Amino acid sequence: MLDPKNPARRWHDMGGDTAGPIPDMDAPGEDHDFSLWEKRVDALMIIGSAKGYFTVDGLRRVLEDMGEDAFEKMTYYERWIASINQNLIEGGAYTTADLAEKMAEVSARGKTYGDASAGS
Amino acid sequence: MPHDHHDHDHLSPSGHPYRADDDTDLSYWQTMEIAVRELLVEKGITTPAEVADQIETMDARTPSNGAKVVARAWSDPEYHAALMKDASAATREMGFDIGPLKLIAVENTDDTHNMIVCTLCSCYPRNLLGLPPDWYKSRAYRSRTVREPRSVLAEFGVTLPENTTVRVHDSTADMRYIVIPKRPQGTENMSEDELAALVTRDSMIGTGVAKTP
Amino acid sequence: MTQVVRVKPMMPPGHVRTPIYLRGKIGTIERSLGEFPNPEDLAYGRPATAKTLHRVRFTMAEVWGAIAENPDDTLDAEIYEHWLEPADAT
Repeated sequence: MLDPKNPARRWHDMGGDTAGPIPDMDAPGEDHDFSLWEKRVDALMIIGSAKGYFTVDGLRRVLEDMGEDAFEKMTYYERWIASINQNLIEGGAYTTADLAEKMAEVSARGKTYGDASAGS
Repeated sequence: MPHDHHDHDHLSPSGHPYRADDDTDLSYWQTMEIAVRELLVEKGITTPAEVADQIETMDARTPSNGAKVVARAWSDPEYHAALMKDASAATREMGFDIGPLKLIAVENTDDTHNMIVCTLCSCYPRNLLGLPPDWYKSRAYRSRTVREPRSVLAEFGVTLPENTTVRVHDSTADMRYIVIPKRPQGTENMSEDELAALVTRDSMIGTGVAKTP
Repeated sequence: MTQVVRVKPMMPPGHVRTPIYLRGKIGTIERSLGEFPNPEDLAYGRPATAKTLHRVRFTMAEVWGAIAENPDDTLDAEIYEHWLEPADAT
């Protein structure tokens, strides 16, 4: 949310805010492993930056520009793939048209992640 | 739907089960992940093997790596000095693949307690300790730790004497941090392996202390 | 670089790594970390200038004033040189 006292303050710069209790530090499953698709997103970040298409700063810049609504409503790795994708397009790895065509092809493969990522 | 036939696919290289997303409806963002990955392969930027290797590398990074570093620093004064001087070099010397990680070790003593946070995003020494816990990335932890660290610590069950100085480290730029917790009393005769078992993930973030034997 | 520094109270839009709660605050350089490419360039895919990065230590009293939980506790953060100015005179 826009800080009325300082419109220059950006939503992600949250140090010092009051906020509720630290969530779920002892919850069962807090120590969960991530799912395969999330681990793949993480790997794509490392690979995309290692190959020089973008930097962690570019990843953060897009995450910040996606805004607070995305922070509240999307999961961590949902936000990451959105930012990785935008950085890869900006970095010239592929075009928006390439992506549109590929996403249509992928979603036509099946109803579940397992079906749609089979063979890849 | 029965899916026993591919149960063997449900263990990640770390030996943990994946969360069951293969059987839920394909989401927009999952579709994007598959598409991005396949495009990078088609354009010759990566290979499926490279993606799998990277996942395996990341899965091998767990808090137990950091625990071994701490246990050695507790046991070996020379190593302790090397770790405090250059934590990246000292962890690499133990054989850990930390990639380009630039690590600083900060040490808890009788009168100092250190805590790590990243207020701007969720920077974490992931190349040594693996991925951060969810609470580390939460708004509450990121917001409050720099302003009321003792109150945050109390929620983790850690209460410090008044005369202990709390040093909060906000990972704002290129460094990452590991807390060297205080060595518990009564551990004088323990081996490095026994000591490492006392070092929890939270004790290396500073939201916990080492277990007592 | 002088040892006592003030974080410049600049408020630019865009990607920066200097938290707003430290802007205008006075601290002491705890150690200097050498040069790093400026994230304010890297974030936009531009060639980055090298900037010296410093770890600056602030007291909680300086950062939060009267509402500090414990005034003698400290806060360390990494701040790039172009965000710092000498504060020895004050």
